[in-house]
Amino acid sequence: MRSGRADDRRPLINVMGFWYRQPILRLMKVSCIQLALQTAILAIVFSAGRAEDTDRVRVSTQTLQAKIEYCETCHGVSGQGYRGFFPMPRLAGQQTEYFENQLRAFVEGRRQNKYMHSAARGLSSTMRMALATHFRDLNPKPLGGAPRNLAAMGKKIYEDGIPETNVPACMACHGGEAKGQKEIPRLAGQLNDYMLNKLVNWNKERGQDPAKPDISAIMLPTAHNLTKSQIAAVAAYVGYQQ
Amino acid sequence: MIKFVTSKIAVLALVASAVPSLAGNMETVSIKNCTWCHGTSAQGYEPAPRLAGQRQQYTVNQLLSFRKHTRDNPFSKQYMWGAAANLSPNTARELAIYLSALPPKAANDGDNQLAAIGRTLYEEGNPDSNTVSCAVCHGPNAEGIRQIPRLGGLSYYYLKRKLTQWGEGYHAAAERPMPRIAGKLSPNEIEALASYLSFVK
Repeated sequence: MRSGRADDRRPLINVMGFWYRQPILRLMKVSCIQLALQTAILAIVFSAGRAEDTDRVRVSTQTLQAKIEYCETCHGVSGQGYRGFFPMPRLAGQQTEYFENQLRAFVEGRRQNKYMHSAARGLSSTMRMALATHFRDLNPKPLGGAPRNLAAMGKKIYEDGIPETNVPACMACHGGEAKGQKEIPRLAGQLNDYMLNKLVNWNKERGQDPAKPDISAIMLPTAHNLTKSQIAAVAAYVGYQQ
Repeated sequence: MIKFVTSKIAVLALVASAVPSLAGNMETVSIKNCTWCHGTSAQGYEPAPRLAGQRQQYTVNQLLSFRKHTRDNPFSKQYMWGAAANLSPNTARELAIYLSALPPKAANDGDNQLAAIGRTLYEEGNPDSNTVSCAVCHGPNAEGIRQIPRLGGLSYYYLKRKLTQWGEGYHAAAERPMPRIAGKLSPNEIEALASYLSFVK
């Protein structure tokens, strides 16, 4: 158990086997996600404290437009994603909370990606929210490209999970239409190769700052318990969801 | 000249044994024509770029774009429009397979002093001026993938000319991101990028 003052009355929460005092002052949001698994309720996860919002400055339309074009160069003109050397994820229709949290995660080192670290580190909180709102409102068709023959198996895993290996139904958190909610991402229309890459490398890319456990911890056991072919199937299914 | 052509056919024969689809109808004529400008081992020769080790799909796309006249800079017009005019898609494909299998050598002809700046620009772009990273599409080692070309080790002169020409409006019909990205690069940034890339192995 983490050390703390004896009179500290902040509730203890467990994230992936580690106990933490729930931060009070910096806490923005507590999202309880209860999954009726065979074993246990997963965890109560809190989002890492928001970066100090001292940089609340106005963003001119012109500056915003230039930054949007910067994002679209790699993520597609309608945010539909693009396949370069790396698959670059769809941003269109993404949850603003997820979008904003990931941008901060790149800067804070909770999520490791050197390209996005440099792309995101100069963004003000106002700009982050403006970009999140812009991309949330886009709705292009999925980029596609996933093997369609895997989609049926993917649908089953997405809707029912895999009880034998403790894989919960994806839809329990990501929603029946894979639109996500708050800090839980939309998966509908996501690039299947991006999904595969992320889930296979989950523990190497996400939740990389032990001092700031974040919502990515929820996904860790599931990413671990899914086989590569099961991930490919789920990715193929959601890749065609509109 | 005869010796020159014969040695080329010998190289082709070696490769043909490794790539079965090349063995039959691959005209020695097209290989011979390429080597005149691109060098006997396809390592490039001013003003023609290195073709050895280039991504197959990229090479095919370029050959077809010369035929369609969408790749339209002065050297393309002068040399490649004619050279590619009679290439069938099938021959273009076989040629591209052959070239992609040749080992590329780095040109090493850029300015060493600028390589570090070029590398940072290549890897991170310049978020302040909204210039994206090159590496996310062209690969961490500029190796390219699918239709996205290998840039590592291409000649400084070729890279500089190409990057400048994008900004001048040539090849405007190319796949979306490049005309816009290169058009935003300053002459100094182009110098640095072309220098860095010429040393990448």
